[in-house]
Amino acid sequence: MTPGSEATAAAAAIAGEARPSARVDEGRSLRIAFAVMVAFFLLAPLAIYPIFLMKVMCFGLFACAFNLLLGYGGLLSFGHAMFLGIAGYVAAYLAKEGVALEALHIGAVTLPVGISLPPFTPELAILSGSLAAGVLGVLVGLIAIRRQGIYFAMITLALAQMVYFFCIQAPFTGGEDGIQAVPRGKLFGLIDLSNITAMYATVFVIFVSGFLLIYRIIHSPFGQVLKAIRENEPRAISLGYDADRYKLLAFVLSATLAGLAGATSAIVFQLAALNAVHWTMSGEVVLMTLVGGLGTVFGPVVGAFAVLGMENYLAQLGAWVTIVQGAIFVICVLTFRRGIVGELSRWLRKPL
Amino acid sequence: MKVLSKLCVAVALACGAAAAHAQYSDNVIKIGVLNDQSGTYADLAGPGSTVAARMAVEDFGAAKKGMKVEIVVADHQNKPEVGSSIARQWFDVDKVDVIVDVPTSSVMLAVNQIAKEKNKVLLDSTGGSSDLTGKACTPNSIHWTYDTWALANGTGSAVVKTGGNTWFFLTADYAFGHALEKDTEAVVLKNGGKVVGKVRHPFPSSDFSSFLLQAQSSKAKIIGLANAGADTISAIKQGAEFGIVKGGQQFAGLLVFITDVHALGLDKAQGLLLTESFYWDLNPQTRSFSQRFAKLHKGAMPTMAQAGVYSSVLHYLKAVEALKSDADGAKVVAKMKELPTDDPIFGKGSIRQDGRKLHPMYLFEVKKPAESKGAWDYYKLRSTIPANEAFRPEKDGGCPLVKS
Repeated sequence: MTPGSEATAAAAAIAGEARPSARVDEGRSLRIAFAVMVAFFLLAPLAIYPIFLMKVMCFGLFACAFNLLLGYGGLLSFGHAMFLGIAGYVAAYLAKEGVALEALHIGAVTLPVGISLPPFTPELAILSGSLAAGVLGVLVGLIAIRRQGIYFAMITLALAQMVYFFCIQAPFTGGEDGIQAVPRGKLFGLIDLSNITAMYATVFVIFVSGFLLIYRIIHSPFGQVLKAIRENEPRAISLGYDADRYKLLAFVLSATLAGLAGATSAIVFQLAALNAVHWTMSGEVVLMTLVGGLGTVFGPVVGAFAVLGMENYLAQLGAWVTIVQGAIFVICVLTFRRGIVGELSRWLRKPL
Repeated sequence: MKVLSKLCVAVALACGAAAAHAQYSDNVIKIGVLNDQSGTYADLAGPGSTVAARMAVEDFGAAKKGMKVEIVVADHQNKPEVGSSIARQWFDVDKVDVIVDVPTSSVMLAVNQIAKEKNKVLLDSTGGSSDLTGKACTPNSIHWTYDTWALANGTGSAVVKTGGNTWFFLTADYAFGHALEKDTEAVVLKNGGKVVGKVRHPFPSSDFSSFLLQAQSSKAKIIGLANAGADTISAIKQGAEFGIVKGGQQFAGLLVFITDVHALGLDKAQGLLLTESFYWDLNPQTRSFSQRFAKLHKGAMPTMAQAGVYSSVLHYLKAVEALKSDADGAKVVAKMKELPTDDPIFGKGSIRQDGRKLHPMYLFEVKKPAESKGAWDYYKLRSTIPANEAFRPEKDGGCPLVKS
C-alpha cells in the first residue's frame, strides 16, 4: 500500500465518503465544471467589463485559498485579509519604488546593508508579495493552530487587527491614502501590461494555476489527511498523523495563495489600500465562501462573482446597495444553506 | 447591438440638421457622481451631492442650450478598489466624461490616476487630502471645495488671531492625524500662539476620558481635535460631559462638517470652532440656493461638500459650452482654469495652475442653544480668511505642473 492510498483510505474510513465507483464519476463532473469555468472566463470579456472579471478572478482565488482552510481543514480564519493586504502592499511598494535600504537600524546598532534595487517587474513583485504573505502565514499559523473553533477564529482576528494597525502606522503603506499609481510594468520585461488583453491573460493564467494547485492539494493524500483531521482530529492523531504539522502546512499554503490573489489585484488596480487589511475584508471572504458553497471546489469562485457583482452593479442604486445586499444574504442563508454550488451539486447528485 | 445603435445615431445626425450638440462625445455630457451613499460620509456628501449636481445642470439651462446632460450615480462604499473599478467602467464602457465629489482620500487619489490615464476629468469636492494639488496633481483634476491644509491653516491662524493663543492637541494616532496636527501646529506657532501639550489617541477610539482630562488640566484655551468623523464626534460629546466648554476651554475641530454639528446638537457642540468654505446663511445668494436645495433634500441644508458639487458642475458646464466639446479632459480642465468662476456658493473665484480652486474660507463658532433661531441655525461667523491666504501657496505643494 502506498502512503497516498493509505491516507485516502484513512480519510474515507473516517469521513465515510467516496465509494470507488463514485470517484470515477466525481472526476468527470469536476472536469466538466472546470471546462465550463475556463470557457466562461475566456469568453466573458466579450460581454462583461474585463476589469470587473479580473477582480472576480483575484477574489475568487482569495476565496478558494480561504476555502482550502475552512472547507477542507475545518479551520475558520477570521483574519485572512491580513495575507491579502500585506501581499498587496509589498507587491505595490516593490513595483513602484523598488528597494533602497542603505542601513538597518536595530535599536542602537546600525548594520550597513546597502541594497538598492530598481522597481520590480510585475511577476517579481507578485512573487515577493505572495512570499511575504507566506512568511506572515508561518508566524500567524504557529500561534493560531494551537487552538480550534472559536478560539482559532479569535486569534486570527486579533493578529489581523495587529497587522491592520501596523499598516495604518507604517510609513511605507501611505496610511489612509494607500499606495497609489502603482505601475503595471512589463511582464518579464517584455509584455506591456497596460494593455488590457495582456493583463487579462496574465490574471487568467495566475487564477487558473492557483485554482488547479488548490484542486491538486485537496485531492492529494495531504488533502485527504486534512479532511480526516477536519472530521475527527483525535482519530486522525491516533492513526499516526501529526495533525499540527498538517494544519500549519495548510495554513501557510492558504496564506500564500491569498497573498498571490492580493498581490495580483494590487497590480491590476494599481493600488494597495487599508481596506484590504481591514476586518470587513476578512468577513467578505467568509461571505463569498458561504454564498458560493463551503467545501465545494467551485463554490468560492461563484460566491466571489455573486458578492462582487452585487457590490459593483448595485452601486448604481445609491443608498439602497447595503439594504439590497443584506436582504439577499438573509434569503441566501434561509433558503439555500449549502450555498449556490452546494445546492446545485446536491440537486445534480454530483460533487462540484 | 452597440455598433448598430451608434450607426443609427450617426445616420440620424447626418440626415438631421447639424445640431450644436453634435460635438459632444456620444452627444451626451455624462456626469458621474461617485461617493459614499450609505456609509460614514453619506450625510455630508451622499445623495445630497446628487441633488446638488442635478440643480447645477438645471440652473445652467442645459436643456435650453441644446446640451444633453445626463447624471449617473454610484456608491463606492469607501473602498478604493470598488471606486476604481466603477471609475474605469464609467470611463471605458459608459462614456462618463467627468467624475465629481469622491470622498475618502484613498478613493479620490485612485480615481485621480484613472482620470489622467483616460484623459477625463475629476472635480473633487469632498475628498480632503491636499496631495491632490501637491505631488499627486494632474492636468485632469481640480480640487474644489476645501483641503486639509486649508482647514488646518484657517482654524489655526484665525483662532490665534481672535484670541485663542494656547493650544492642546488631541490627535488620532495615524498618518492623517499626524499631518493635521503638524500643519495646524506650524500655523499656530507662526501666528504667535503656543502649544502647551498634545496627546495621541488610538484610531478609532471610543473612550476619550483620560485624554480629555489631560486636555482639561493643561489649561489651554483651545483644544485642537486633529481627528475626523466618529472620533471627533465622540470627543466633543464626552467633552461636554466633562464640562470642558463650560469651564472656559474651547474645542477647535479640524475636520468637522455642519451635518456633524446637526448630529451632535447645539447643546453638545456649542462653542466649537471650525473652518468651512460655505455656510447656508452667509448671504442672500447662499440662502436662496440652500432653501431650494433643502426642499429637494428632506429639509437638510447643504454642506460645503454638497454646495461644492453644485459649483463645480456649473463651472464644468460653462467650460464645455465655451469649448463646444467635452472630448478632451485636459483641454476642458485648462478651459476651466482660464475662465473665472462665479456662482452663488463661493462668489467670484479662480482656479490655480495646480488645480486648486480659490475662494475665501470662514472660521465659524457653533452657537449656544439660546442664540439659535431655529433648525440649521448653527454658526456665527468669527472671521473670514481671504482667498489668497486660505490655501497652501502654490510653490509649497510640489505639484509638477507649476513652473517656477
